[in-house]
Amino acid sequence: MTQRLVVIGNGMAGARTVEEILARGGDFTVTMFGDEPYGNYNRIMLSNLLAGVETEEGIFLNDLSWYAENGVTLHTSTRIERIDAESRTVHAGDGSVTPYDKLIIATGSSAWIPPITGISRPGRGYHQGVFAFRTLDDTRRMITYARRHERAVVIGGGLLGLEAARGLQSHLSSVTLLHAAGHLMNAQLDEVSGRMLQQSVEQKLGIEVVCDAMTTEILGKSEVTGVRLADGRVIDCDIVVVAAGIRPNTAVAADSGLPVERGIVVDDQMRVAGYDDVYAVGECAQHRGELYGLVAPLWDQAKVLADHITGHVDVMYQGSKTSTKLKVAGIDVASMGLNAPASDDDEVIVYSEPTRGIHKQVIIRDGVLVGATLVGDNSKASNLIQLFDRGLALPENRAELMFDIGGAVEASVEEMPDDAQVCNCNGVSKGAVCGAVASGCKTVSGVMDKTRAGKGCGTCKPLVQRIVEWANGGAAEEDPAASWYVPGVPMPKPELMAAIRRFDLKSVSSVFDKLVPGAVHDAKSKMGLASLLKMMWADEYVDERDARFINDRVHANIQRDGTFSVVPQMKGGVTTPAQLRKIADVAEKYDVPMVKLTGGQRIDLLGIPKEQLPAMWADLDMPSGYAYAKSFRTVKTCVGSDYCRFGVGDSTALGIALEERYQGLEGPGKMKLAVTGCPRNCAEAYCKDLGVVAIDGGKWEIYVGGAAGAHIRKGDLLATVGSADEVIVLTGRFLQYYRENANWLERTYTFVPRIGIDRIREIVVDDTDGIAAALDTAVEVAVQAYRDPWKERAEPATPGQFRKSLPLTVLPQVPVRA
Amino acid sequence: MKTITATVLGALADIPLGEGRTYTVQDTMIAVFRLRDGSLRAVDAVCPHKGGPLADGQIDNRIVVCPLHLNSWDLATGCSQSGQPALTVYPVRADGDHIILGD
Repeated sequence: MTQRLVVIGNGMAGARTVEEILARGGDFTVTMFGDEPYGNYNRIMLSNLLAGVETEEGIFLNDLSWYAENGVTLHTSTRIERIDAESRTVHAGDGSVTPYDKLIIATGSSAWIPPITGISRPGRGYHQGVFAFRTLDDTRRMITYARRHERAVVIGGGLLGLEAARGLQSHLSSVTLLHAAGHLMNAQLDEVSGRMLQQSVEQKLGIEVVCDAMTTEILGKSEVTGVRLADGRVIDCDIVVVAAGIRPNTAVAADSGLPVERGIVVDDQMRVAGYDDVYAVGECAQHRGELYGLVAPLWDQAKVLADHITGHVDVMYQGSKTSTKLKVAGIDVASMGLNAPASDDDEVIVYSEPTRGIHKQVIIRDGVLVGATLVGDNSKASNLIQLFDRGLALPENRAELMFDIGGAVEASVEEMPDDAQVCNCNGVSKGAVCGAVASGCKTVSGVMDKTRAGKGCGTCKPLVQRIVEWANGGAAEEDPAASWYVPGVPMPKPELMAAIRRFDLKSVSSVFDKLVPGAVHDAKSKMGLASLLKMMWADEYVDERDARFINDRVHANIQRDGTFSVVPQMKGGVTTPAQLRKIADVAEKYDVPMVKLTGGQRIDLLGIPKEQLPAMWADLDMPSGYAYAKSFRTVKTCVGSDYCRFGVGDSTALGIALEERYQGLEGPGKMKLAVTGCPRNCAEAYCKDLGVVAIDGGKWEIYVGGAAGAHIRKGDLLATVGSADEVIVLTGRFLQYYRENANWLERTYTFVPRIGIDRIREIVVDDTDGIAAALDTAVEVAVQAYRDPWKERAEPATPGQFRKSLPLTVLPQVPVRA
Repeated sequence: MKTITATVLGALADIPLGEGRTYTVQDTMIAVFRLRDGSLRAVDAVCPHKGGPLADGQIDNRIVVCPLHLNSWDLATGCSQSGQPALTVYPVRADGDHIILGD
């Protein structure tokens, strides 16, 4: 049955909540009451309006036509004076009475006006030169008045005061900011950051700042002439803007007998305590003792309220971690959590560069970020906010929290132009990503599917995520699939592996049939599952060929024209004249269009039609080099101690031994290795999934998690060992730990920092978890299960395994070089 | 859309379960897929994005994913799920052990 929903308040909280309820198909006739004569506008943008960089039309979120289109009755300029919860009615100032079945109070806040002599005239409101900064009308009047005057004083050195001061500079020549506390933005910033901000505001913007300035009196009778401070100082001015804070509008609730402390007290479902049909949301609501004045918590509250009111009774608002990242008066400022350590155990890291006005502080407790303050440089703010919000593991090298070290530089999403290319593989612009969000895609994976952004090398995924979050008003919708191992089976990897074992599932189709509701098969999940099952069952895996990607069906890498590449194994990059001669003969026999040396020190025969593959392998009679699979690929080596006059270890022999043992090992991602004979690193071992470096004294260093592809990262030192045998054992153990625990397509350069090198060392080297023997056994089983796939050539594994897929037209050719 | 007169493509067993193979029928290249639910689907063999061989793509009971850039299409309607032009869908059925394409 359609219920009557009444909403008191038409600001950002009220209107957003109604939007969320409508989006859930809530069966309500909605009536809203707004104090102001407008639709819903973005109050945060008033400072831009004041500064003249935004128009009035531009700040509206819901104009009056929105209400009509959505069947919402809006009473503007109508203040509700009383709620009668007994009779379920609200009583407006104009005498009207409106009944409700459900009521939402979203009255927001008002500007707080400190008790200052002369600030208002009995019975006439504020002194005519005094303005609050809260509403569109306040802003309009302030602009009109400021244009006719010269000197402004802003009372309040918080965020709003700073924005007001900056905005006023567009209209008059002199602005002084008075702040009662000891430093600017004292609620968010520590003292040093506050002082740094003050220095920038004064020097870069030319706004005079006075801290510890308690304003006691507004001077001037008809026109304002100045303000007097508690210490007797007088500051001349002809306009005063008060931005000293906000107070929740709770009068109507309190007058109606609802529970009010600092705000209207609500439970975890956003219901007013003790009233099942009355909700409160936004700045007026007090939840678990907290009031929120930022927009992100409001979105969270609106969602919970909308879920609950539309019948999802098990939802809960658990409070929000608040963070801000913005330009305050043109200066980058970000803050989250604590602005000062709460105990001696809190780890505080500070970087300060006064001449450039940069200050950064992070506070860490038990390995988790509990607070951060940034002034003058917000390049790491998004990253920190993410770490803070989600309580993620922090990089061991704490400097990475504050600076970009060797990684991609984080662009500021707000400042990126619409045509800026986000995904360099698939050519997707910021505008295209935002367009997908605007057309209704609210999850990161949804946007990626729609635009193909992030579907190439994947490096831009974090940026895509940030753009989606930004375009969606601060938060992407939680994508339940984000934690799943593959998109089509609703389980993270550990649960999935447990279920596979419990039900003894040895084929990809049996996993879909048993573990997916409705037994729905998913093409995009098959490859990941095939890899996982092969890893788990080795020889017992039931190999359904359709679960394989084409590369794995025909043991070659598909090229842009539908032909394939053939890369024979060349262990450690060491070859012989006989092998080279044979490769040359085969290349000539098959008229191979391109012969190329690979980055992994092998020879690539390119442009091979599918149907020629088996014959070519037979003529080559060499094992596959696995240059196509998500598997162990190659071990790159340098010439080592045999010939190099600098070499201190036999890197070639060790590289060959490693490749001999772990060839073809499947994994969640590629595994590229290297062994180098001295720290000159000619084999590039520092940036491999696993790299081994010989050091003087017969020792070997093992690095893991390095990368030099789309992402550049130096590997972390896992261990230094005294023999090649130990290298071989630890390599197998690390690779097996990675195979069992990494997400699908998660390379070691993401996996290692995610787990943490210390933790990996505990497990793989120190065996603190007691699983080293099990890892060794598992990898041994996998090694024993190795079969050279190129032996699969006399008899095709399936009918037409090597049949041409594009027999007629000539596709765009890869250019052939003479 | 080109109409294809009913043609016997070959034995059903030529296409492994869950895979596709390309056939040339009246100068048109058509990828025929044998779904794991037993039914058949036929669409254009050439990916309209960059010419990839769709018969080499992975499928489920609903979609095909091009092996080159992982664009995907609904096998029943030909509609793209990733902003590409649609594929032509051809009628196809099994008649005993044989695959019949066209009406």
